[in-house]
Amino acid sequence: MSRRSLFALIGTVAGSAVMYEAMSQLAYAGESGYSGPMELSGDAKGASVLILGAGLAGMCAAYELRKAGYKVQILEYNDRPGGRNWSLYGGDTYTELGGFKQEVRFDKGLYFNPGPWRLPHHHFAILHYCKLLNIALEPFVQTNYAAYVHSAKAFGGKPQRYRRVQADFNGYVAELLAKCTQQNKLDEAVTKEDREVLLEAMRDWGALDKNYQYKKGLLSSDRRGYDSDPGGGLTSVPTPSEPMAMSDLLKSGLWGAISAGHIYEFQNMIFQPVGGMGMIGKAFGRELNGVIRYNAKVTDIRQDDHGVTVTYQDTKAGGAPQQAKADWCVCTIPASVLGQIPINVGAPMKNAIDALYYDASVKVGLQFKRRFWEQDEAIYGGISFTDQPNAMIAYPSTDYFSNGKGVLLGAYTFGPSAFEYAAMPPEDRIAKSVEYGANIHPQYKAEFETGVAVAWHRVPWTLGCAGHWTEALRAQHYDNLCAIDGRIVLAGEHASRLPAWQEGALLSSLDAIRRLHQRVQAS
Amino acid sequence: MTDVQLRMIKPLRRSPLRLVAAVILAAASSGAAMAQDVFAGHFSQQTGEAVYKGICQGCHMPDAKGAVGAGAYPALAGDERLSSGAYPALVVIVGQKAMPSFGDLLSDDQIAGVVNYVRSNFGNHYADKITPDDVKAMRPPKARE
Repeated sequence: MSRRSLFALIGTVAGSAVMYEAMSQLAYAGESGYSGPMELSGDAKGASVLILGAGLAGMCAAYELRKAGYKVQILEYNDRPGGRNWSLYGGDTYTELGGFKQEVRFDKGLYFNPGPWRLPHHHFAILHYCKLLNIALEPFVQTNYAAYVHSAKAFGGKPQRYRRVQADFNGYVAELLAKCTQQNKLDEAVTKEDREVLLEAMRDWGALDKNYQYKKGLLSSDRRGYDSDPGGGLTSVPTPSEPMAMSDLLKSGLWGAISAGHIYEFQNMIFQPVGGMGMIGKAFGRELNGVIRYNAKVTDIRQDDHGVTVTYQDTKAGGAPQQAKADWCVCTIPASVLGQIPINVGAPMKNAIDALYYDASVKVGLQFKRRFWEQDEAIYGGISFTDQPNAMIAYPSTDYFSNGKGVLLGAYTFGPSAFEYAAMPPEDRIAKSVEYGANIHPQYKAEFETGVAVAWHRVPWTLGCAGHWTEALRAQHYDNLCAIDGRIVLAGEHASRLPAWQEGALLSSLDAIRRLHQRVQAS
Repeated sequence: MTDVQLRMIKPLRRSPLRLVAAVILAAASSGAAMAQDVFAGHFSQQTGEAVYKGICQGCHMPDAKGAVGAGAYPALAGDERLSSGAYPALVVIVGQKAMPSFGDLLSDDQIAGVVNYVRSNFGNHYADKITPDDVKAMRPPKARE
């Protein structure tokens, strides 16, 4: 029996709380493994460490190892620090694989995060480094009750406010459960005393009336909103709104958006760096001034009893291949790229590297002449969900009420639609995103100005967005990927159980250098 | 196991991509079978050419010449490894290193179609074709749950 079906079975028999407990014990769930600022006590013994990649994992390793007395050097393929921690601003250019070049034409101060964009409040490692590096943080809005849930196939394609979907779904579920309770259908599961409490809870949670019904009225409108709101003076009487029919709501699938904000990583508070996620990478890069060698494409990684030798090519200056040597190596190159670089590690690590492909994901940033989502629709931050290929529209969690322009995230997609987006030239990705978005916000067509589209399979230094782990792959390869092989240890989000999160990259890095330091101490 | 339980597993997988995608997919379809494996789904392209242009050229590029960055995508144009249709078909089904597996996302027809398309375009002139039945026979047995 697979783990998945085991968990599903536990879930069926014992309920989700027990399942969660079971999964926690098997290390599929639980808090960020951050245990406070790193203290590498003991002598570095004059050892040197060569770090490959100046993303968060690599720069964290360099920062902490340098602090502990190691001689550190980083080789980085790009001409900037940060890796996937990255923001695009007006004036930037980005050339993806295939030579498709985009010039970012956003107005000054506006930006778009092609990669990570959220910092959950329990991702303690990334928040620690933000504080350490004096990164200004502001709230990121995940759940916005005024944002939309949209299906082209439901309600005539008309987007529904999240608050209405949630209120109606909760209301109907509460009504059904109350009905079952009153008809004594839950007698085996609920004691007589608990039945009364449950009924009261359903009325409270679902906004049911005194007959335990969810229906049009002031009670339900106080959750789902009114047709006209309560007012003042002589025009103050509110008009309640009509709930959607239960069957329509169930068939629509729109209820699928409700659980998003309930998920651990997406619960309030969530933060974002002021001015773009890339602020973290830039600050780390400044902190490591002189340590990072940019434009260095690694072409070979060799280790022997004495040390590690890495061959690289300067992609800007050209010239003959160069070499960097150190006693140890922390390699944060994504597995998708590392799998193509000759490296003499043992079969277990090599097989683990080769087993991991990177997922498809696409993000599209769109600049509009005005912030119509705020001005016309009272949407301040948050995310609208759609079943169109663009999947999401995310509104900026900053600069509210500005009379200027705004950049929103016009697409954030995965799976088949992300592959299809990647196969288009960037201008088509943008045009498609505008077309889909216009089905939710008709203002799109008149207000759209310019956009940028990043398809992660076309990103020259990752070949995808994040390592694709399955439970079977983890069981077979994860420990081998993370274990030190001779003088080489790997780090990055792919070497963590928080895939695609910056927290995973940092925790992986901290764990790797802790083990490396122990190895040095023991040597 | 039912879809509901699969949904219950989702929040514990911890990837922002997987989690949000679960939500979207749930919202994406109507009727009962809403929750799926989050990266699952199907491509609608029917002909080999449509599959190539709709999916494969994202990495292998419109001219099938591949691309080089920190890593590389191999060219399919003039690729001698295409001399047997079985090789590209297998790579499409099960993946290979950075190449994702598409076995669950593409039908036998689609895989045969795109393999035949690539083997007879981009400077490749292999006259023999593989059939959907050939593809079906190459699929690994379903892992037992």
